[in-house]
Amino acid sequence: MIRLSIPLRQALSRLSLPLLIAAAFGIMLLGKADTVIAERARTVLADLLTPIWGAVQAPVDAVRNAVDEADRLIHMRSENARLREENELLRRWQAAALSLESENGLLRRQLAFIPEGAPTYRTARVVADGGGAYARAVLLAIGPGHVVRKGQVALDDRGYAGRVTEVGSRSARVLLATDMNSRVPVTLEGSRARALMAGGNTARPRLQHWPEGVMPQEGERVVTSAETGAFPAGLPVGVVRWSKSGAPEVELYAQLDRLEMVRLFEYGLGGILPPEAIARPDPKARR
Amino acid sequence: MAMPRAPHGRRAPKQGLLASLDALARGALPTVLTILAMVLAGGVAFMPGLIAATALPCVFFWSVFRPAAMPPPAVFGLGLLLDLLTATPLGIGILILLVVHGVARATRRFLARQGFLLVWLAFAGFALAAGLLGWVLQALLGWRLPPLAPGLWQVVLTIGLYPILAWPLGRLQAGLIDAEVTA
Repeated sequence: MIRLSIPLRQALSRLSLPLLIAAAFGIMLLGKADTVIAERARTVLADLLTPIWGAVQAPVDAVRNAVDEADRLIHMRSENARLREENELLRRWQAAALSLESENGLLRRQLAFIPEGAPTYRTARVVADGGGAYARAVLLAIGPGHVVRKGQVALDDRGYAGRVTEVGSRSARVLLATDMNSRVPVTLEGSRARALMAGGNTARPRLQHWPEGVMPQEGERVVTSAETGAFPAGLPVGVVRWSKSGAPEVELYAQLDRLEMVRLFEYGLGGILPPEAIARPDPKARR
Repeated sequence: MAMPRAPHGRRAPKQGLLASLDALARGALPTVLTILAMVLAGGVAFMPGLIAATALPCVFFWSVFRPAAMPPPAVFGLGLLLDLLTATPLGIGILILLVVHGVARATRRFLARQGFLLVWLAFAGFALAAGLLGWVLQALLGWRLPPLAPGLWQVVLTIGLYPILAWPLGRLQAGLIDAEVTA
């Protein structure tokens, strides 16, 4: 250790805080000027910590399941009544679906329709929160030999959850549909009108830019649109709900507050990738 | 430890490598524990903002009660870790933690003598100011107004987490003081 005189050491310790605050501003500018550095540092750190997060998932899940169980026990009676009602409704829908399915089969035979191949997908485990106060993202643990690429679409078991934005060697970051920077082209299923679903860090993203003369209807189904080449058409997203303040929002099918597993779909679409991702192709990107 | 204790007065402090290692470990403990708590908080995927809500009480507590173990470079490092673990623009976490550390250290002569409730109340003020600073910086760096609700939720989470974290930290602080007195 270097020996310094006491006044000098005192002066240094008094100076260190202002100097470090100045350095913080410097880092802000650096992060603003070169976003790639921050992204790379985050990916390296996430790769490093993913094994730890993978290991702590078991106790975290256990606690959450216990809380859910208690909640379910408390609401068992009302839940039962609701389920009985829903079952009644679903029975009617089942009958409708069966008749439509047979009709659809008949029409396809008449048209000599070539069915589309089912898209391939991989399942990945959600291990950590990758967002913060003003960002909604999760980190996935990806196994060896598991090819994940930027731009892949993540769905939970019910519907659209988000999209892969950063990929490391052991982890990948998924920007959720509720994030402030998430914009998803959607189709309103009732009117077939196009709109944009914009996240705002709240539970329900808002609908924007629907065409004139069409109003999103309460309870209308919302699916993805193939408009920008970023998504395949028809992935389930959610239903329209009008908020108290009079704005149409989308109640997502995906349960983003309890994501445990997501399915990553590869549709081979690169419509939304930013220019730098195209200029510098990922060497691991093979299909 | 085999040495018999003198009946009167304090023992002479230990000398040499072992003593300096001991002091080093004691000095680094708060920072290491804060890093550990932040990493573990990151593993709770369904609660956004938990990492920042864990970092702020830890930095505040040690800045008030043991500032020597939470020097500004350590706070800087913790802020950088916070920024990298969350998706906020780089530098926001560093600046917030440094400002909280600076103000807490400047007011520690008053705060360290108060009871738990008053310190918690003061911390609530710190958390609110930190939330406001974070919102303003987010607006400046993102060049658009972020929604208020997530920021408020973050503040509430941070204030609520303080007692849960401060209790074990308080026990630890008492333990460290004991260790220093007997060392």
